[in-house]
Amino acid sequence: MKGNEALAEAAMRAGCKCFFGYPITPQTELAAYMAKNMQKNGGVFLQAESEIAAINMVLGAASTGVRAMTSSSSPGISLKSEGISYIAGSDLPCVIINVERGGPGLGGIQPSQADYWQATKGLGHGDFHLLVFAPASVQEMVDMVVKAFNKADEYRMPAMILADGLLGQMMEPVTFPEIAVEMPDKSGWAADGHKNKREHHIINSLYLTPEELEKTVVDRFARYDVIKEKETDAELYLTEDADIVVCAFGATARVVKSAVNDAREQGIKVGMFRPKTLWPFPEKEVQKACANASKVLSVEMSMGQMVDDIKLALSCAKPVEFFGRTGGVIPTPAEVLEKIKAMGGNN
Amino acid sequence: MAVVFERPKALCDVPLHYCPGCTHGIVHRLVAEVIDEMGIEGDTVGICPVGCSVMAYNYFNCDMIEAPHGRAPAVATGVKRTNPDKFVFTYQGDGDLAAIGTAETVHAATRGENIVVIFINNTIYGMTGGQMAPTTIPGQVTQTTPYGRDPQLAGYPVRVSEMLATLTGTALAQRVAVDSVPHIREAKNAIRKAFENQRDKKGFSLVEVLSTCPTNWGMTPIKALERLREEMIPYYPLGVYKDITEGGNK
Amino acid sequence: MAKMTVRAERCKGCGLCANACPKKIIEINKEKRNKAGYFTAECIDENACIGCAMCAMMCPDCCITVEK
Repeated sequence: MKGNEALAEAAMRAGCKCFFGYPITPQTELAAYMAKNMQKNGGVFLQAESEIAAINMVLGAASTGVRAMTSSSSPGISLKSEGISYIAGSDLPCVIINVERGGPGLGGIQPSQADYWQATKGLGHGDFHLLVFAPASVQEMVDMVVKAFNKADEYRMPAMILADGLLGQMMEPVTFPEIAVEMPDKSGWAADGHKNKREHHIINSLYLTPEELEKTVVDRFARYDVIKEKETDAELYLTEDADIVVCAFGATARVVKSAVNDAREQGIKVGMFRPKTLWPFPEKEVQKACANASKVLSVEMSMGQMVDDIKLALSCAKPVEFFGRTGGVIPTPAEVLEKIKAMGGNN
Repeated sequence: MAVVFERPKALCDVPLHYCPGCTHGIVHRLVAEVIDEMGIEGDTVGICPVGCSVMAYNYFNCDMIEAPHGRAPAVATGVKRTNPDKFVFTYQGDGDLAAIGTAETVHAATRGENIVVIFINNTIYGMTGGQMAPTTIPGQVTQTTPYGRDPQLAGYPVRVSEMLATLTGTALAQRVAVDSVPHIREAKNAIRKAFENQRDKKGFSLVEVLSTCPTNWGMTPIKALERLREEMIPYYPLGVYKDITEGGNK
Repeated sequence: MAKMTVRAERCKGCGLCANACPKKIIEINKEKRNKAGYFTAECIDENACIGCAMCAMMCPDCCITVEK
């Protein structure tokens, strides 16, 4: 199954009741799959007039307590950033898929990871975060979309699947696990008509008293602290004896894994650290992965973005180098291996 | 003695933050009266704009959502599509609906989205202190048209009811005013019709309400009503621009 | 017999009620201010009120009740 289609199918199985989108390469198959199947499953598919309208339709649907989703690719995510900020500020759960392409501007349509900063640090104005999941296979896309819906509901915040054009277009066998849809009770806040049985609910992000706004943000960050404690996830691959640890996420991690295997065959002690959650960033896991390493390398499809988080997590105690390709160019295992060797990686 | 006029139940019993003489309060009351009369408060979700009526969520007793600037029709679409049995209305000013939210408005209308849009046209941005709106009349002085709106420089105003009446998905496009008691009665009938259209699944219903902004027009509330009558109604004629319902002649 | 009552603490003294009254029996009392600092509307001749509710229809603050 194609990555984009698997995302759509998994979302529906996770209880997603509506999809609002706008066409953009390379995520279009996702919307097409939704268009074909959402209504059959008793849900809503609507092609909006813009990315801005689509995210605000998500805001409306999520306000009433239903599981809502939108998907796009980099330039479209920028357009959605206004709505995402309002969704975060209104404590609404939803899932947003970004099948990244090269930027900035119109950029290109080939795979990229250059929206890492946007997703983890700056997706809209104000103090807030999204949960950001980074799948590296079609199966993981399926598993993470389910998790994203559950965690978005649990913490009442937007969750993002940060994929890239490579994963979106990739075909792999996939199994859909028996999905236990954990649908929490939203009757305490959802604006779905009070039926004359309760006080009216207000979904809102406006607080004109600075102290009141500060309190809502501080409370939200207290929730973020719990998330940082509980929700980080990462894969550590051959890191225990590694002299060099190569860090990569998403599709790039597949390339890196090949390079690590090649290096190991040549007797070079290399391992890989792969964050599965980008926010919260798995700080403890990267510290553990690099505990015995003398050098660290971050490989990304960008000019180097996650590398900053690695340096921070390691408190700059170890040299962290960077290798990347950008603009839609995918690094090859040979390039990565060459870099590992250049760093002095030996047995 | 029996009570012949009192505050509708769907209007929260709280002070309104609007300036003295601002007619937002009249329109709020009319919407609340219609909600009361149709007995739909428990099944209604209202969407607020950004602008002077941003805090309308504190004034209506039904569930309320505060939308980003101009996006209320998209938010309403999300609510209505997933809750087709609920009544959904937006309440938007001229900057919100006819400038930043033009795309959302036009496309909600052309999709025939089964919602009610209450559109307050007072020819000015009130909340930010009186700048040119898309509906500011040529010659009108505002903070950003200090020499009067010059169409050569600032373009022409948008006549929203006329524009939306051209779209197939629009069920009702009607312009009313709240400058006098007879006009207020007409306005209420239009709002009632819009909500009935939603009940009857007729599609997108827009009620444009010519309204005043005494503060930013620099007039007394009574002079503002006169300006509405003498300057606005000639430029924005009242009437039904589209009505697909039985008995509606357009 | 009819009566209009202004909820003074909600009145902003805009005068739209007085302007609408066909009997011209509503005035803004310039002697008294409410807590918010506004002069407020009041009926100056209760016997003349016909209970038409035009004042209440025009009131933007929805602070007039009419009985008849």
